[in-house]
Amino acid sequence: MSGTTAAQTAKHLLEIKGLEVGFKTQNGVVKALKGVDFTIDAGETVAIVGESGSGKSTTAAAIINLLPGSGQILAGEVLFEGKDLAKASRKELEDIRGKRIGYVPQDPMSNLNPVWSVGFQVEETVKANGLAAGRKAVHAKAVEVLENAGLPDPGKRMRQYPHQFSGGMRQRVLIGIGLASKPRLLIADEPTSALDVTVQRRILDHLDTLTRDDGTALLFITHDLGLAAERAEKLIVMYKGRIVEAGPSLEILQNPLHPYTQRLIAAAPSLASRRIQSSSEHLGSIHHRVDDAASSVDLIDAAELRVEHVATAAAGPAIEVDGLTKVFKLRTGGLKTEDFTAVDNVSFQVPKGTTLALVGESGSGKSTVAKLLLGLEKATSGAITIDGRRSEKLAGKELLALRRSMQPVFQDPYGSLDPLVNIGATISEPMRVHSVGDRTSRRERVFELLDQVALPKAIAGRYPNELSGGQRQRVAIARALALKPDIVVLDEAVSALDVLVQAQILKLLADLQGELGLTYLFITHDLAVVRVIADNVAVMQKGRIVEQATTDEVFDSPSQQYTRELLDAIPGAGIKMGL
Amino acid sequence: MLYYIGRRLLQAIPVLLGTTFIIYFMVFAMPGDPLLGLFGDKAPNPALLARLQEQYALDQPFFVQYLNYLGNLVQGNFGISFSGQPVNDILARTFPVTLKLAVIAIFIEMVLALTIGLISGLRKGGIFDATALVVSLLLISVPIFVLCFVGQFFFAVQLGWFSPTVGSDTSFGKLLLPAIVLSLFVVATAIRLTRASVIETANADFVRTAYSKGLSRRRVVPVHILRNSLIPVTTQLGADFGLLIVGATVTEGIFNVPGVGNTLYQAVIRGERPTVVSFVTVMVLLYLVVNILIDLLYAVLDPRIRYVK
Repeated sequence: MSGTTAAQTAKHLLEIKGLEVGFKTQNGVVKALKGVDFTIDAGETVAIVGESGSGKSTTAAAIINLLPGSGQILAGEVLFEGKDLAKASRKELEDIRGKRIGYVPQDPMSNLNPVWSVGFQVEETVKANGLAAGRKAVHAKAVEVLENAGLPDPGKRMRQYPHQFSGGMRQRVLIGIGLASKPRLLIADEPTSALDVTVQRRILDHLDTLTRDDGTALLFITHDLGLAAERAEKLIVMYKGRIVEAGPSLEILQNPLHPYTQRLIAAAPSLASRRIQSSSEHLGSIHHRVDDAASSVDLIDAAELRVEHVATAAAGPAIEVDGLTKVFKLRTGGLKTEDFTAVDNVSFQVPKGTTLALVGESGSGKSTVAKLLLGLEKATSGAITIDGRRSEKLAGKELLALRRSMQPVFQDPYGSLDPLVNIGATISEPMRVHSVGDRTSRRERVFELLDQVALPKAIAGRYPNELSGGQRQRVAIARALALKPDIVVLDEAVSALDVLVQAQILKLLADLQGELGLTYLFITHDLAVVRVIADNVAVMQKGRIVEQATTDEVFDSPSQQYTRELLDAIPGAGIKMGL
Repeated sequence: MLYYIGRRLLQAIPVLLGTTFIIYFMVFAMPGDPLLGLFGDKAPNPALLARLQEQYALDQPFFVQYLNYLGNLVQGNFGISFSGQPVNDILARTFPVTLKLAVIAIFIEMVLALTIGLISGLRKGGIFDATALVVSLLLISVPIFVLCFVGQFFFAVQLGWFSPTVGSDTSFGKLLLPAIVLSLFVVATAIRLTRASVIETANADFVRTAYSKGLSRRRVVPVHILRNSLIPVTTQLGADFGLLIVGATVTEGIFNVPGVGNTLYQAVIRGERPTVVSFVTVMVLLYLVVNILIDLLYAVLDPRIRYVK
């Protein structure tokens, strides 16, 4: 026995036993992981799923002992090839990181050093792990690494800096770095959450191929259950620092035992839309299959509600857009400019009380349409008619009245609330600006609005940094509703939220639409959400609307290749649900 | 790039015009006749007084005087001091000395701020950090003349490491002690800034990613932490450089450095309009140039910043 090394005797590539991690705070140590056990075998793909704060990213960081801030491993073992990394020295860890265990971080925007060129950052990885020696060899190896990661024209691109790369390209660089030394295990922490669905699909396919070819085991962390199930053989569901359920992916999806897993499945738009789709013939009969006690929010409910009220909605367009075009002048160095058509001859109608979803990848011009509609940008040509009035011709009082009837909710609930103003004042600000009511009546209206978006009254005195992302988005919605608008423009309003929170907000939006007869223009890159909320869909690509139809038509028989690509890119679309 | 530098230099013109006007006006508005002061206790000879007034154009109205001065300035003539020397000569004699002093001081400040700030930032809350904090606070709260005297007494008089005053020999060795004292005056802020910047960078995602790539601590600290922390510190050092040139008056007085501060102080006391205004103008010009240089250095340090417009 003395001749066999630890690596040979180890049964699993990675074995985590009773792992506990704590973060030091002013009120003592807060445990983020409360005893986590799981194993990964060589060449296996395992996904950890859970909402933010569940401890999934902490688990990943703990494996390579790179816990952020004051994080500490309190107890347990991290056995990698039989060696306990929790007790390894710094030198031993430096040898394993990058070489034996690769790591692809969560946010491509913040994980490359902005002051060094991309090539420099790949080359230093190559050198640190002894993959090549000598300047030319290191350079050649770095080019190869980027080429393998699917970066076009790597030789030239290497001299560029991270800020000159798109998010997708940066993520490819990070994946290239993670896989540079063909590690035995690759940890990928939400590697594609920040990316468009189509880019996401391409990058994940690529990651699949690379890990399969080299026999690399993959630990994949995500909040999207559909994505996890599609990509991983084994699924680990985490909740509040504990593993609540683990096993083969399909088994968990089709037969979830833990209530939290059931809630996650009910809330995942990618899966919910799939269920609605598969059972559109008998909407009523699927209801009982979802465990009512477990699903605090069910998107199918929301979808049904929508179907009901659409039937009662009055006809006549609330918004009518005709031949809308927006040309930006781009600087091309010096004094020359180049025309860039962001929105190209776009026409659509949104009937009163319904929802039109404007879908497309980033850069397709959908947010520009929203800005034009809200009057935040001036159109180059075309007409916008709102409630029978041409909006671009209005000025002064009439424009103010139009603004009152049309309110926006933006993507980033952190950026769209003033951190120095409390919630009550934030919600009442539009009323003050438009001189609606007096102090007391505005105060009452704030409480009424908080009630409408299901927030406690006490929140009025608190400040944005004391609220969660979901609560902030509710506040943003309450502010939008303060002036009793007819139209709400939702620009990626749920994209930044966790699935469970996202589901709650979608439900809230559907309820409010039913109660108040609101018209929504819902802008999103996520087709899965569209299925739940929208009546009609317009698909945008490169500034043009390429397809426009009812939601059912688009999902059942997309006429455009581009729409089909977007639909295929919804994770989990190919999974048969146990319903 | 050239376009940017050109634009910045053009922007400096109204600033210079404004400052010369304000300074000229302020010296003009100072109470008392500067020429009378020259005679001390003696009663002035009216004929001599009238000739001096004419020589320095003090009998003209304010705007004529100012425009005269500007006209000369454009031709590179800074005027003549009350002692009869051309101000150009005084400038040429004193500015290099002060510049040398400021450069040595800024270099000492940079070395101290970066080493102490880096160690404090990396070992946040440790003994080194706590000591550095206490010493920094002490330096901030002690007036500069106390620092000067303490430095002079201990290192020059008691230990004899340096000569206590500078005098006419302005070699590096002689200027070292005043430069150290001068740098201590501004170093505390730079240390705190470096420390804060290092702490922020050390927690950045890309630093964690650098470790995950298998890089050693010895590489990550200089290449990824210190390098990125330099960006805000550089601006601070630039601002300090201006402060050192302008604020060296007390230090130059105590160490008897024949520099700008010393000369300017004397000129203000005597109400010598041409000397005061010329010195201030050159200082403002220097300050503007240093700031343009810092902005350019900024672009070198941070590739995201490019001056296209």
